[in-house]
Amino acid sequence: MEAALQTDIQHCYHCGDTCNDGPIEAHDKVFCCDGCKTVYELLEENNLCTYYNLEQTPGITGKQPVAESRFAYLDDAGVTTQLISFRNDSICKLTLYVPQMHCSSCIWLLENLFKLNPGVSASTVNFLRKEVSITYLHQQTTLREVVQLLARIGYEPAITLADTEGKKATKPNRGVIYKLGIAGFCFGNVMLLAFPDYLAGEGIQQTYGQFFGYLSLLLSVPVLLFSARGFFTTAWQGIRQRVVNIDMPISLGLAALFLVSVYQIVFKQGVGYLDSFTGLVFFMLIGKYFQQKTYDTLSFDRDYTSYFPVSITVLKEQGQEESVAVRNLQVGDRIRIRNQELIPADAILLRGQAMIDYSFVSGESEPVEKVTGEVIYAGGRQVGESIELEVVKEVSQGYLTQLWNNAVFSKNESQGIDTYANVAAKWFILATFLVAAGALIYWVPRDTDIAMKAFISVLIIACPCALSLSTPFVHGNTLRIFGKNKFYLKNTAVVETLAKIDTVVFDKTGTLTEPTAAELVYTGKALLPEQAQSIKSVLRHSTHPLSQRIFQSMAGEVKEVQHFRELTGKGLVGEVNGRLVRVGSAAYLGVPAAKEALKTTVYVSVDGVLLGFYTFFNVYRSGLKQILHELNDKQLAVLSGDNDHEAARLQELLGPEAELNFSQSPMQKLAYIQQLKDANRHVLMVGDGLNDAGALRQSDVGIALTNSITNFSPSCDAILDASAFDKLSRFIRFSKKSMNIILGSFAVSLVYNAVGLTFAVMGLFSPIVSAILMPISSLSVILFATLSVRIAAKRAGL
Amino acid sequence: MSIIFLLIGFSVTVAGCFLGAFLWAVKSGQFDDDYTPAVRMLFDNESSGKKQAEPKK
Repeated sequence: MEAALQTDIQHCYHCGDTCNDGPIEAHDKVFCCDGCKTVYELLEENNLCTYYNLEQTPGITGKQPVAESRFAYLDDAGVTTQLISFRNDSICKLTLYVPQMHCSSCIWLLENLFKLNPGVSASTVNFLRKEVSITYLHQQTTLREVVQLLARIGYEPAITLADTEGKKATKPNRGVIYKLGIAGFCFGNVMLLAFPDYLAGEGIQQTYGQFFGYLSLLLSVPVLLFSARGFFTTAWQGIRQRVVNIDMPISLGLAALFLVSVYQIVFKQGVGYLDSFTGLVFFMLIGKYFQQKTYDTLSFDRDYTSYFPVSITVLKEQGQEESVAVRNLQVGDRIRIRNQELIPADAILLRGQAMIDYSFVSGESEPVEKVTGEVIYAGGRQVGESIELEVVKEVSQGYLTQLWNNAVFSKNESQGIDTYANVAAKWFILATFLVAAGALIYWVPRDTDIAMKAFISVLIIACPCALSLSTPFVHGNTLRIFGKNKFYLKNTAVVETLAKIDTVVFDKTGTLTEPTAAELVYTGKALLPEQAQSIKSVLRHSTHPLSQRIFQSMAGEVKEVQHFRELTGKGLVGEVNGRLVRVGSAAYLGVPAAKEALKTTVYVSVDGVLLGFYTFFNVYRSGLKQILHELNDKQLAVLSGDNDHEAARLQELLGPEAELNFSQSPMQKLAYIQQLKDANRHVLMVGDGLNDAGALRQSDVGIALTNSITNFSPSCDAILDASAFDKLSRFIRFSKKSMNIILGSFAVSLVYNAVGLTFAVMGLFSPIVSAILMPISSLSVILFATLSVRIAAKRAGL
Repeated sequence: MSIIFLLIGFSVTVAGCFLGAFLWAVKSGQFDDDYTPAVRMLFDNESSGKKQAEPKK
């Protein structure tokens, strides 16, 4: 891995981006921008160039320099206290979330922070959670300096409002590992004690039976009280809410097993079934553990506080700037918002050229111009120069944040989930009790001994372990297969809901369309190379996002521009080689607004002669047509916050039956989904922005589409990586298939139970045989579930 | 045959020690992250004479 080998003329040595605007050469390396060069120099100076040897071009582009005054709020003692997890006389500890982390070089650099700032005494990375735990000496450095250092080397931590709202970073949940460890230990030992019984029979039983029995009992108590506790509490919750859930038969079975074993051991009736009892708990916990592991790194319940910045620049009376925590923002405060910053509260524009990107709130793809005096809603992102605003509403009262006051967000989800397993559990309990009671009633007048035996055997064999294992294992495997394909479900119940979906609603911007790309079409007279060059030169001077996009799409050199002026909300004017170039809106160039008015267009003229215009089209995600075609058995709809200039194209893509709704506010989206649900439809909503949060929550299944899964996504049932978007219909079909597999495994366990029960009610089983039969039936169901899901996945191409 | 009582006593004690070690390991956070340490151990120690990374807690 020789460093020189990687130096490609076209690619930045630091971040690997192509060097578009003329590469910067320094230290025999090529950099795409000053930011990357500065980081390289910083690392080289501190002997940290191992960074480049571990991975090729591991850096993060430094094209957008960070205004370091942004971190001034970290000097605020109140904010610092909220972020820090431990503090004593000399050290402070805290954990920061660094979304940019992506390779082993990142781990290495972040763990060598102490070389860059001697005040940092240790830094430890948790790569899967993208977190870095930092210990620093607060006499030598400050939190602000540490964060600034991270930002300077390209790893700006995401510190959001949620971090300071007292919701301390969730500790890794070790509960299930403890439970698993204890259950495993007890299971192993109980199994060992039960072995002689299986093999040798009566002799050993007589000599050591008592001792073995009580020892097993002792070992089973922690399993009952600690490891299996989760099942009992869930079952108890179910009883209190008057719903039958899957944990109920499990608890019933576990309780029966344990009590019968205690009875047998105490009254010397036999050896009990403690090995089955501990084993069952152990196996079920393994399933839980794997499930939790996959989902540790994802967060499904995020609200606006996860998006909002912690601090904001407030202008004091004498005009000095001060960084203030967003929570302390008051009505009447004057705030300054810089390029790419989020506006945290509804505010009136006082000064500056506001170009607000509302894609977060409304899904509108193009930034909106605002003039002085207009109200700008919270959640908008400023693009361009910095602006001054006056706050008119508190953060929690804003237009966007109001969405979270809707009843949907306070609803308790866990109530009344009618899952397959829960429905089956209901019948299963009923049937088991009927059979057991029947056996008891039949045998009691004839032979009380056999009656007891039959009754217990029925309970043990029918112990719905097979049932309770099949659903989690089918779902668990389905979840894992989805996860491998970058589709992450919140929990197993989502698989069942997904299988029932008959209506699919899409958000447009950022979901159906590629958020970063826009197709540019030029209409009009062909541009001479010289004209194109002049236009490009003029555009270069504008920070307007549309100008930037056109600029990037044009090739060639730029020339010097004289008399350049940018007219807010209108366009640009400048002279190149004595020719007057004007670029801007139709009104600015005196063109009558055509029927194209809804589209985003930019006109160009040279020396007063109109040449033509650029039209921006949304770029739809690749494979969209295919997906929509595959979903044609479902009702399709689009909810867009954008205007309807793409209506014709969308209708063609989605088919004539699809409902298209434009200019929808977040509240309207929520209401639309509600209306569909009232019409008894099972709704799948696919969205991406915060503006879809209400709709995602209201729908049966809300899928948040995101380009980076560890990035922020709104509260939802599932997170889908954008690169797997083309598999959406396959996911839905596969979830249906996995429901069939559950039915199949129910059938398998039913056969077992039918055969077993027949013998049991006839009193033919010795409890030992049923104790052996039970694990076998459990294992076979697990095997069936796992294998058939795998096979089905292979067939479905997942 | 009463040796069996002794043997079982021993085996359970030994197993209990392992369980204790496991619980301690979980408690000290060794199971919190099962990816990064695997990567970390592959980093070469530099012989630049500079301060080495402090032992991780």
